[in-house]
Amino acid sequence: MTLSCTVNAKAVTVECEPGDILADVLRNAGFTEVKKACGTGNCGLCTVLLDGVPVASCSVVAARAQGRTITTIQGMAKEAEELGAYIAAEGAEQCGYCSPGFVLTALAMEKEFRDQGIRGFDRAAVKHYLAGNLCRCSGYQGHLRALEKYLEAQRG
Amino acid sequence: MDKTFSVVNQSVAKIDSKSLILGRPVYTDDMAPKDALVVKILRSPYAFAKIKTIDSSEAKAIKGVACVLDWRDVPRIPYTRAGQGHPEPSPHDRFILDQYVRFVGDEVAIVAAENEAIARQALKSIKVEYEVLEPVLDFEKAADNPIVIHPEKEIHDMFPIGFEPLRNIAAAYSMELGDVEATLGASDVVVDGSFTTQSQAHVATEPHAAFAYLDIHQRLVVYTSTQNPFHTRRLLGQALGFPLSRIRVVKPRIGGGFGGKQHVHVEPFVALVCLATGRPARCALSRREVFDATFCRHQMRIDMRIGASKDGKIKAIDMGVLSNTGAYGEHALTVFMVGGSKTLPLYNKVEAVRFGGKVVYTNTRSAGAFRGYGAVQGNFALESMIDELANKLGMDPIEIRKKNMVQEGESSDVYRVMGEGREGVEMVFESCKLDYCIDRGRALIGWDDEPLVRSIAPGKIRAKGMAIAMQGSGIPLVDMGSATLELQDGGCFKLRIGATDLGTGSDTILAQIAAEELGVPLASINVYASDTDHTPFDVGAYASSTTYVSGNAVLRAAKKMKSVLIQAVAQRHSISSDDVRFDGHNFLKSDGSVIQDLESLSLDTLYHDGEQMATLTATASFSGPKSPPPYVAGFAEIDLDTETGKIDLLRYVAVVDCGVAINPALARIQMEGGAMQGIGMALFENVKFDAKGRLLTNSLKTYSIPSREDVGQIIIEFAESYEPSGPFGAKSVAEVSIDSPPAAIANAVRNATGVRLTETPFTPERVLMAISDRGSALSGQ
Repeated sequence: MTLSCTVNAKAVTVECEPGDILADVLRNAGFTEVKKACGTGNCGLCTVLLDGVPVASCSVVAARAQGRTITTIQGMAKEAEELGAYIAAEGAEQCGYCSPGFVLTALAMEKEFRDQGIRGFDRAAVKHYLAGNLCRCSGYQGHLRALEKYLEAQRG
Repeated sequence: MDKTFSVVNQSVAKIDSKSLILGRPVYTDDMAPKDALVVKILRSPYAFAKIKTIDSSEAKAIKGVACVLDWRDVPRIPYTRAGQGHPEPSPHDRFILDQYVRFVGDEVAIVAAENEAIARQALKSIKVEYEVLEPVLDFEKAADNPIVIHPEKEIHDMFPIGFEPLRNIAAAYSMELGDVEATLGASDVVVDGSFTTQSQAHVATEPHAAFAYLDIHQRLVVYTSTQNPFHTRRLLGQALGFPLSRIRVVKPRIGGGFGGKQHVHVEPFVALVCLATGRPARCALSRREVFDATFCRHQMRIDMRIGASKDGKIKAIDMGVLSNTGAYGEHALTVFMVGGSKTLPLYNKVEAVRFGGKVVYTNTRSAGAFRGYGAVQGNFALESMIDELANKLGMDPIEIRKKNMVQEGESSDVYRVMGEGREGVEMVFESCKLDYCIDRGRALIGWDDEPLVRSIAPGKIRAKGMAIAMQGSGIPLVDMGSATLELQDGGCFKLRIGATDLGTGSDTILAQIAAEELGVPLASINVYASDTDHTPFDVGAYASSTTYVSGNAVLRAAKKMKSVLIQAVAQRHSISSDDVRFDGHNFLKSDGSVIQDLESLSLDTLYHDGEQMATLTATASFSGPKSPPPYVAGFAEIDLDTETGKIDLLRYVAVVDCGVAINPALARIQMEGGAMQGIGMALFENVKFDAKGRLLTNSLKTYSIPSREDVGQIIIEFAESYEPSGPFGAKSVAEVSIDSPPAAIANAVRNATGVRLTETPFTPERVLMAISDRGSALSGQ
């Protein structure tokens, strides 16, 4: 089948099988910033935004993306770099393999919290929102330190 | 200590951080050639079986299948997949493919096809007839079992390691200093206990991946997510019977390792396909394959006895270990020995100490290297027993440790006798701030602020526990690292290192060390690492070696480079090198006048100096006679629900003596991440097999690593410490981080309930059963 969708604001058309998984289709199309790690939707590493909502692309059939808008970390490079600088200051990216999925989810969280008028750094809410993004290197504490500083800077 | 630094001991960002965070194609599978054949592995559904027939004719006939290989098609050369020095302390007990399969997931056939879908179809088309054999699944019943897992004649050890495959024993060792039985007999109190640890999975987020191609000279090039490219090259050459001169191994960025990538896993498969077809070949394991068929932590039973006098002086320690190496003996001897050699020296003033036991084969996935490597298992047993001793004597757990533990300037006979798979080395612990670590941790956790145990609600108890730990910094006289510095035009330096950054930031901290010594900004150092063709030798990233071993090599290379630069300037200006110094930017005479700057020197030596032109380089290696231990004091505060058995870890405090932290932010993250893995081992990471030896916990649905919601706060602090033998005073931090949580949490549970947990992980079921066992035992008294 032919899959047509928008990836990072560009029209993309690829041939794929009906059962193909979005993460694989994206990687094969050159979007290798989508990392694969668990294949069961448990770790959040392959997160992309589907119409602005974070999804685990290893657990989405590619056909579901027909006509829809996908954003990978490269599609939000400017914002990712900004948040990334805080993470890097803590050394909390470590191996970096979970970073694209984690950063993308964190950016979605920031937008969602902003839209909901949530102010300040609510540690428990942040931990809860990001609980599906696993990291085996960092122990998560550095992520929180970075997010606290980033969210505070965002709110001015 | 009066040391001032300008580049080291600074928390600079990792030099590769931006590329990592933006998801650039920097990992192995991101970089695989587009036209590479996709390699998939057919795996055994049985724990132990003989392949009677295997028919891949149908698979080979599928359009797009490039090759199918089984045990008849590969060299029958026994080798070890364990990435260790030479000669390997692990037995050569493995063939790339064999007629026998020894665990569920063991490799049966290799398929290569034009794409993933065809490769999958081909896997399904291979017809295998197995003679299913009775497996040995219980490691307690493995030794001298009538079922022999490794009857093959060709397998062997490289030097005596107690290898007795016909008894299902991969390795054995024992040592005794003093007379343990007599000393225990003469002790006022003796405590004993038996402890079991699970075969924890690494779960590095990047699954193992490799690709291979033939370069322009028809040499085999393998890109792989490995912790040790040089060992991988050597082992690959052994396994394939292929000359090392024709193999190049490159490590790109890798998504975590923790010891799980200290072995050869997928490299032989892509190499074989590439050599068989002449085409590039790629293989990336699925998460399930990583769980089923790569390595895990050695499951262990550790039997402990400790004898002490009434006043709390520890007189004798007896540690017996049974370790499960699974189907193959990778790291069998060394992990097991570290169980004693990196725990027993904590209490170095005993009159007698004994360590011994064996490592057995079973028909389960192989165990291998995993952060903490024996030490975390041994520490769980030892530090649990120290608390039992304190309880029996009515002493405070901190007091008994302080009375007996190792102090700066002391030594340990255990270090002299026991090394990793060999004799140890004699060494004095020149830096040990364990006293401070304990005092500071005690304050941070609030040890004295409130009772160690208190009821906070009906059925809910809050309690604290602690443990101390030590590790090493590389393997003395075994581990070696090298570095080459080269001055390039523009006045920057190329730093080539064999060291292997597995996400920890070692490329960054090694550049910091070079920059500090040369006095140049960090940005003047360009790092190229982990490529067997283009970087000097290094054993790789394991045994907490990189900062200390590779760091010392970089420091030596930088010292040498400085003198090379000064000599070049002296020669160019016909002055004595004694009259030249380098301030990181300019070369100056002793009167302070500027001779020239670094940039102009780089242009002169490469473009202007006629017959004197030269590339200025300096290479140095380091292999030390010491392995200075880092130390940690870990404190856990838990809430225990006596109705459900659930443990909530509220706070984990670890105060560490790692010498000078070359990059405090990165050292802190290592500590936090390592502690979290230790916490995972202690609380969450349960391993289950079914009766036929199939791993049930082989996905992230069924095997729970800690999420960010599972644990409260992890609080890390560093002791001020300076290791004289380390680069700018550094030791190591990678492994010591994981060692203390299991015992500290178990000790908190003991304080909370009076129950001694002896098996990791402390799942609610286990805790509840232990509590109710005690309840019924007490009511029966």
